[in-house]
Parts: sequence; structure tokens; C-alpha cells
Amino acid sequence: MNPAWTALLLSLKVAGWATLLNLIFGIGVGYLLARKRFPGRDLLDTLLTLPMVMPPTVLGYYLLVLLGQRSALGAWLQDHFGFSFIFTWQGAVIAAAIVAFPLVFKPARAAFEAVDGQLEQAARVLGISEMAIFFRVTLPLAWRGILAGVLLAFARALGEFGATLMVAGSIPGQTLSIAVYEAVQAGQDDVANTLVLLTSAVCIAVLLLAGKLAPGRIANRM
Amino acid sequence: MHIKSSRWLVLATTVIGLLASSSIAQATEVTVSAAASLTNAFKEITQNYQAQYPEAKVSLNFGASGALLQQIAKGAPVDVFASADQESMDEAQKQGLVILADRRDFVKNTLVLIAPVDSILSIKRLEDLKQAGVKRIAIGNPASVPVGRYTQHALTTTKLWPALEDKAIYTQNVRQSLDYVARGEVDSGFVYATDAAIMKDKVKVVMAVPLDMPVTYPVAKIKASSNGDEARRFIAFLFLPQSQAILTKHGFQKP
Repeated sequence: MNPAWTALLLSLKVAGWATLLNLIFGIGVGYLLARKRFPGRDLLDTLLTLPMVMPPTVLGYYLLVLLGQRSALGAWLQDHFGFSFIFTWQGAVIAAAIVAFPLVFKPARAAFEAVDGQLEQAARVLGISEMAIFFRVTLPLAWRGILAGVLLAFARALGEFGATLMVAGSIPGQTLSIAVYEAVQAGQDDVANTLVLLTSAVCIAVLLLAGKLAPGRIANRM
Repeated sequence: MHIKSSRWLVLATTVIGLLASSSIAQATEVTVSAAASLTNAFKEITQNYQAQYPEAKVSLNFGASGALLQQIAKGAPVDVFASADQESMDEAQKQGLVILADRRDFVKNTLVLIAPVDSILSIKRLEDLKQAGVKRIAIGNPASVPVGRYTQHALTTTKLWPALEDKAIYTQNVRQSLDYVARGEVDSGFVYATDAAIMKDKVKVVMAVPLDMPVTYPVAKIKASSNGDEARRFIAFLFLPQSQAILTKHGFQKP
């Protein structure tokens, strides 16, 4: 198979898993920050936003030190499961997920904050359980805002480079962004051209889709 | 209102001043693109150079020789190129970036196989890398990293490459290979003797890898250099006994 397609498939796999993780944790954390008051709430928000502003190399270094074989967690995973995040596509998923996480939980938080409390109150009066209220009232109302963020996060995860280069190196069958870097380093401009056009096309498609789902559109329809 | 606008004026002047000063500095600056394995030695030599010629400004740019070549080929304003292999320099010459007369070998190095200092694996010969316990081997990416090319060449000659290719973790330059071994993220790696010497406390040298070609480093002035005299002076400085002594101290041999 053409190496460009292999790279695209790996990138989609990494970004897909990263997005799935972000969807689950993003909804959880977004809801927590929107609805609950607890000490350290602002600090948590800040820490989770950090990956968006921090240089990816700093993040990559943190991950290398925290997940590496010499770290407590890395050694434990290696001893018990013979598994390592370093140089594996799973390591790339972790890097991409953390970098893109702010793009999910921030809009999710805003979307949950925008949900009309009276609707939930009405459901409560009708005797529906809190769990059911979340899944049948709150989440559907916040869904579009969350989804727009998720798509942006997917695009961001697809383009992850700096942190991935440090933890996953040139894993067999590189991601698109790393394949571009290596092609340029090796002077293979024709390969680079193909990869760059492919990456641009995928990113444009994702952004167009995200734009269609942007919260502004909902307001127009309502 | 007046105070506010004068503040902006001061700020704008400062910013423009900073931008202008950096572009003026470039004119007398000599930019040296050198192989990653030369990092420590070249930093030291450059300190001496600047002590001797206080008006000179040297910018050092380290990376894999193949990657440095690509930057130069794409028009990076480089004055001196010091490569870790002949192949990158041959390519530079072929593309007309340097001319033969300007090119000289200035040091020699040795390819070595290393392992983390606390490794419990028994690796004594290249064949030992085939054992199941060796899962990952750091090798510079042969497409752009000379140490990777030497490694690939040595392993192909000994017919081990097909068996070991799947264990290879390709790195961006020799120092990344060294770092991965030092952190114990890989079971072994191929670097130069000079790199292994920097991290004696973390990596051990298993063996010097036999090669049927010498690992010699050529240096050359870039033809398009706008700063030819300064570039020549820097290259000449590399061959002075004091600079050769620094290179020897870091483990490089005479070519």
C-alpha cells in the first residue's frame, strides 16, 4: 500500500481513539466544571487547559518522563503487561488526547452552562431520576456544542506533532505529520507534497463539518 | 491621551529597534551547520573562537547531516557545513552547494553498539541482537541520519539487517538514539564512540562495530556564503592544534 495511505490510516486511528477518550472525559469534566462547586475548580480548569498553550515539546518531555520505562507507571506496565506507551501508537494516542483535550472540555463546559435549568427542573418534577435527566435532557441540549468541540479536537489530534515525536518517535508506519517531517528531512519532496495535500484535504473536511455543527447554527434554527 | 500615545511610540520604537538590531547583526555573523555528534566539541571550539575574535558572531545549528543538507539545499543562509559522513557532503557537492577545493576531512569517529548501563541482557556481539530479549534498537533514520546509514551498512554486510529491521526505532539524529538508550526506552542502540562517552554513567559500550569504510567528517564552506572570508577563517580555526586538542578530548580521532 502507498505509504501516504498507511500514514493517513494510522493518523485517523490515533486521532479517532484520542477523540473517543476526549469525548468521554470531556463530557465528564465539562459537566463537573459547569455544575459543581468544589475547591481547586479553577486550578483544575487551568491545568487541563495548559496543554493548549504549553510547547508540545514540554508536554512530550513530561510524558516521556512519566510514562517511560524508568518511571513508576512505565515500569509497572512493563512488568505486569509487558506494555509500553513509548514508541507505540497507543503512546501517540495519549499525546494527541492530552493536547486536544481543552478543545473538548471547554466547549462542553460552556454548553452545559447554557442548558436551561428550568427544563431539568421540569423533568425532576415529573419524577425522572438524575441519571435519566442527564442523558435525556441535559446531554441532548448540550450535544451540538460538545460535538463542535469534539470535531475540532479530532482535527487537532490529527495534526499532533511535537509531543508525538518525543514519545512515539518514528513508530513503524508514521503518522501524517511525522511522515511529512521525515520526508522533508530526507529531501523526498514528492512524498512530502503528497502528504501535505492529503493532510490539508482531511483538515479542511473536518473543519467544514465542525462549522456545520457550530453552536451559532442552532441559535439560527431555534 | 497624550501619555498613552507616547507610550505606544516608545513601544513601537523598541520593537523596531530590536528587529533592526538582529538583522544588522546577521551581516557579520557566520552560521555553522554541524552534525549532531559535534555538538559539545563545536560549542567549546566556538567559545575559543569568539574569545580570539570578539567581533565575530557564530551561530551553531546542529542536526542530522542529511537534514542540514536539505536546509542548505532549500536556501538556508549557512556559511559552513560540517557533516558526519561523506555521502551528505558528496550530495552537497553534486548539487553545487559546495566545491571540492573547499572541502576537507577534519576528524574521524567510530561506530559503537551501546546498551543501558544497567541492562541485564547479554549482548556481546552483533548476532546477540537477534535474541528475543532485545525488543528495540535505536538506529538513526538511514534516510537522513549518517549514523543510521553506517549502521544499516554494517548490519547489511553481516546479513543481520533483515532480522533486526523490525526492532529498529528510527531516530531523528544520533543524540536522540543516545537519549533513548540512556533512558532505558530501548535495549540497545548504535551511536558514535564520542556520543557514548558523554553519558558514561548511563550507557555502556558493548563493542566497536566493524565497518568497511571510515567514519570521516568533512567540513566545507558553502559556495553561496555571503560571508566567505569569515567562513574560511572558522574552518581554518578547526585545524589549529588548540581546536584539534578539543576534538581529541571529546574522543574524535585524526582523519
